[in-house]
Amino acid sequence: MTDLITLSGVHKYYGDYHALRGIDLTIRQGEFFSLLGPSGCGKTTLLRTIAGFEDASSGSLTIDGRDMKRVEAHHRPTNMVFQSYAIFPHLSVAENVGFGLRRDKRARADKARAVGEALEMVGLAGYGNRRANALSGGQRQRVALARALILEPKVLLLDEPLSALDKKMREQMQVELMRLQREVGITFILVTHDQEEALVMSDRIAVMFEGEIGQLDDPETLYRRPVSRRVAAFIGMMNFLDATIAPAGARVALDVAGLGRCEVPASQAPGGVPAGAATVGIRPETLAILFEGESAPGRVVDGVVDEVVYYGDMTYYDVRIPGHDAPLNISMKNLIGRPVLEVGAPARVAWDERALVLLAR
Amino acid sequence: MSLRLYAIAYLVFLYAPILLLPVFAFNDGTIIAFPLQGFTTEWFGELGRTAALHDAVQASLFIAVLSAILATCLGLCAARAGTMASFPGKRGVMGFIMLPLVLPEIIVAVSLLVVVVQVLDLGLSNWTIILAHTLICTPFCIAILNGAFANLDPSMEEAAIDLGETRWGAFRLITLPLVTPGIVSSLLISFTISLDEFIIAFFLSGNTPTMPVYIWGLLRFPEKLPVVMALGTILVALSILLLTIAEFYRRRGLARAGLRDTGGFL
Repeated sequence: MTDLITLSGVHKYYGDYHALRGIDLTIRQGEFFSLLGPSGCGKTTLLRTIAGFEDASSGSLTIDGRDMKRVEAHHRPTNMVFQSYAIFPHLSVAENVGFGLRRDKRARADKARAVGEALEMVGLAGYGNRRANALSGGQRQRVALARALILEPKVLLLDEPLSALDKKMREQMQVELMRLQREVGITFILVTHDQEEALVMSDRIAVMFEGEIGQLDDPETLYRRPVSRRVAAFIGMMNFLDATIAPAGARVALDVAGLGRCEVPASQAPGGVPAGAATVGIRPETLAILFEGESAPGRVVDGVVDEVVYYGDMTYYDVRIPGHDAPLNISMKNLIGRPVLEVGAPARVAWDERALVLLAR
Repeated sequence: MSLRLYAIAYLVFLYAPILLLPVFAFNDGTIIAFPLQGFTTEWFGELGRTAALHDAVQASLFIAVLSAILATCLGLCAARAGTMASFPGKRGVMGFIMLPLVLPEIIVAVSLLVVVVQVLDLGLSNWTIILAHTLICTPFCIAILNGAFANLDPSMEEAAIDLGETRWGAFRLITLPLVTPGIVSSLLISFTISLDEFIIAFFLSGNTPTMPVYIWGLLRFPEKLPVVMALGTILVALSILLLTIAEFYRRRGLARAGLRDTGGFL
């Protein structure tokens, strides 16, 4: 895939506030890219910088090989779906969708056909004459999408487009957005604070903290091999245990509080092998409580159930193990024959050193 | 029960004097007193025959139309900046430009008179009144237009720019249609304020008095009082009409943008 957008050394100041602290980033042609981070991390500022609504204080931005320094928002090959959708309430659905074609020299009939096609693409065929005011949240979102895509931009920018929808609608729109992106083949850049949304939809994700990119990777690498503790904590659930380490060539010897000694390859420290004291991360689903008759190939420690949260398909346990202060978070599928343990019950916890991630403390 | 009595007393107190206007305007007698003498439209007829009054009305209309337009333009700029832009010291600036709303008009009138005559060394004319009326109307326009802008999603202009419009195009095609009801409402209210403003007009008028100043002049002649009543009746009817239209547009604007009514001037 070729590079479409390149940002290098992009800084943004609002007065004294340093919103973007040196962003270096390359976004490829045709990928579904997400900017993920907590609120105030600068992800929306970055998106708006790409759109041309904010000027970077320093650094450069090129889109499709063109420097965007003096290019205003309305001349950039980007279109945006706003968080509020920004549907024009005094115009009809068709007028909203066709708004970008106003300066187009095409014949009226051709424009009308383009509007019809765009509406069909987002599943709103026949809604053209409705008043934009009378639409539901999900429908507004689709109008915003059709309106942005009708100009066939090189990049579609989506600013938290699903945050205003309820859970069911959101999940449905996630799938539709992915389908749409595959169909049109345009680069999508999604801003979201919802890590699940980013994991589900993206080809690659940049996790941002305080104006910097903490990690840029595909969803699986991001989840399995976070480079720092804050990335690990932001994406999904993670148990953190103290450990002392002793590097030995390509492998690292560990003594993990509560779990014991083991040895892992240096590749399990994606952020680089820390010196001396370290933190070990382990995901709840890679730990297992051994029920009666079950055995594990790996290692086992004994603990006591501290908390039980029943979710129907899953049960989340907090299990205290000796030698570690915080209880371990363990998620278990409720398979046939598995009971739900009670608080205070003894629990044998199986773990595997392949699931450990070594992080700087 | 006592609450209802209070409410009725309150309304009588507010509106009885105004209700007397049409009563005596149609009364066939030069003395403003009961019992009524009979019905006549004589006083309205005399209004039509008084040339000086026509000049005064003309001057007033000219002043009111121009100051309404000027004040609304200024208000439009201020309200847009106040609600959609952010700049250092915004709160202070916005507070400061609303100040004429609470300044005593007599102070404004005297200080403007000093500035125009002593400092700038200009003659008094309708234009000096227009400037002064623009000054006192602008805060009202800002207040009305703030309401129109406040509920406007700032992303909408950005969306229009994003779709290929220039800044001006986005304002013209998106923002302006959505705040048009507010603009109409602002024009009408400042027109009304300017039309019946007395103190400033009295201090700053040149050769031609405005209508309120002319009416004040009439009061020296008791036999002209019924004519004043007739003129007052017309003004009250006109004011009510204009304010009703203004409110209608304000509400229509809210409905059009699909917004909640957060209360206006009426």
